[in-house]
Amino acid sequence: MKTKEKVSSLIIKTVIAVLVAAYVLFPFFLVVINSCKATEDITANPIGFKGISFANLVSNLTDVINNTHFRFWYAILVSFVVTLLSLVLLALLGAMAAWVICRNHTKWSAAIYFTFIASMIIPFQVVMLPLISTFRDVGKFMGIPMLQSVSGLVFAYLGFGGAMTVFILTGFIKGIPITLEEAASIDGCSPEQTFFRIIFPLLKPVITTVTILNGMWIWNDYLLPSMMLGQNGKIKTLPVAVQAFVGSYVKQWNLILAAAMLAIIPIVILFLFAQRQIIDGMIEGAVKG
Amino acid sequence: MHEFSAGRKITSFALIAGGLGLLIFGLVIAIIGTGNPFRGAFMIGGTVAFFVGLYLFPTFKHHRTIVNIIFLFPLLFAFAVTVIIPLILGIGYSFTNWDGIRVTKALGLENYIRMFKQPGFLWSVLITVLFVIFNIVLVNFVAFLLALLCTSKLKGIGFFRAAYFIPNLIGGIVLGYIWQFIFSSVFTKLTTALFDQRYSMLSETKTAFIGIVIVYVWQYAGYIMLIYITGLNTIPGDVLEASAIDGASKTQTLFNIKLPMIASTITICTFLTLTSAFKQFDVNLALTNGTGSVANFFGNYLTNGTQMLALNIYNTAVINNQYALGQAKAVFFFVVLAIVSIIQIRISNKKEVEL
Repeated sequence: MKTKEKVSSLIIKTVIAVLVAAYVLFPFFLVVINSCKATEDITANPIGFKGISFANLVSNLTDVINNTHFRFWYAILVSFVVTLLSLVLLALLGAMAAWVICRNHTKWSAAIYFTFIASMIIPFQVVMLPLISTFRDVGKFMGIPMLQSVSGLVFAYLGFGGAMTVFILTGFIKGIPITLEEAASIDGCSPEQTFFRIIFPLLKPVITTVTILNGMWIWNDYLLPSMMLGQNGKIKTLPVAVQAFVGSYVKQWNLILAAAMLAIIPIVILFLFAQRQIIDGMIEGAVKG
Repeated sequence: MHEFSAGRKITSFALIAGGLGLLIFGLVIAIIGTGNPFRGAFMIGGTVAFFVGLYLFPTFKHHRTIVNIIFLFPLLFAFAVTVIIPLILGIGYSFTNWDGIRVTKALGLENYIRMFKQPGFLWSVLITVLFVIFNIVLVNFVAFLLALLCTSKLKGIGFFRAAYFIPNLIGGIVLGYIWQFIFSSVFTKLTTALFDQRYSMLSETKTAFIGIVIVYVWQYAGYIMLIYITGLNTIPGDVLEASAIDGASKTQTLFNIKLPMIASTITICTFLTLTSAFKQFDVNLALTNGTGSVANFFGNYLTNGTQMLALNIYNTAVINNQYALGQAKAVFFFVVLAIVSIIQIRISNKKEVEL
């Protein structure tokens, strides 16, 4: 009797789990099948398999990739460069700053740490408008464009991602015994050697976490790049390009969904390869933040 | 300890002096406005040279301090320019007639008074609050149930967990358009088949609002689920065993043991959903772009039926070019979030004391 109950509850649970998974994944299924259709077949039946062909997929994808509003390869390159540069710099500069904050018990380091933490509640909306005017003015002053430029965008991500990065890294560095650094110092290591040779390599797990959190945010971020690069600017990140593309093609769903598929593929592939790390990183970030 | 070589001393002093000189030269030609295209390069190059010189500065006593400054400077500089300065300017601008470029007049509280007299803005505040409440309840409820499901003895749990989490990987803009397709092309087929009437949820304010909630729960529940799973896994196994031996039913275990033991996780998840729903922008923009008519809101006809606060701020400033007004709304937005965060910190601290 008891085992029977268990088996039946297990079956019910499995059925529920499968149904929920089907519901969650259904939109992606629709994206894939409708990217392989012509417009008429989508209008006729968006759920059915009629009209699916590889030739349609190829033609939709080429239309999207060759579209002048989208410029897929360029957008993906921009997104990739911006994300990569921001992540490398955030990890390096964030670790350097966190180490200094952690290992100095002065009023200054406490004040800087507190400012970083407090700034985490600042929503982007309250700084975005003056940010644009500040960047425009600074760019004009220096003769180096800060808006509509990859370096300006990376600089902004350093500023916005810095607080959370430092916060998570400080938590980790606190747990590294200071005796390690003292030993290195006795052995003749200068402070910067101690950091780069001893501390930085130890930060690998926490830097993975930080990189995942920042990477998901920067890769998917829309509002900051759209404000900085402009809707009609030459340089576009992937989300900005998708938005511009959809704006230019009203209800051409075969193309819009093909564009969506192109935007989804890179991150899903990454997820398949680094599932464990991504899930752990997201949890850690949430619990700490 | 050995002495510093003369070469290092000279290099250090030369770099510091030369760097400062170059930086000042760059600043001067920028201020007098010669239009020299290299002024920025001068400033950046000068700063870098200055820091390299500082690094080589012949001192043992202060070397640590110098390294500290060099390590902190880049991130702090970026942080100051992108967050602190714009925040201070932004709060200041909200009391003026700022048009995105210049300020000619101080207005005091006028922008704030004006925004609370705008029925459209009040509507945005109202539906944002509604949206937040709906999401706190639904996301947490769904996420908790999924977490229970994913912590039971099911086959292929790893797959289910990953599948539920996948929507969270993708940006709101792309998701918004995918769901726009589902609501406007797939669901309409369904209503045609069932009721012989082509009806799109997005065409009416109420149902469009529900549509945004559906997309948001779909996207966010998988993420919150992960946090609940972590919370549930921290409950020691022997506590659950003991309750099973004492004959506690499944519901009793759930309400008397599991829920109280993950109270801090519930707090975390509640505030996470609260702040993220409050800031919702991307899905809102891509799914409805804030459209939707409201026939009578205190005697006003509105066209921004599904426009949440973040989108309202954006449209006020960027689309309608009312920068100072948009900035005042943003400051209001900030104050609300700050209050929420302070409450959260209070609650979490209290819980820790009790434990």
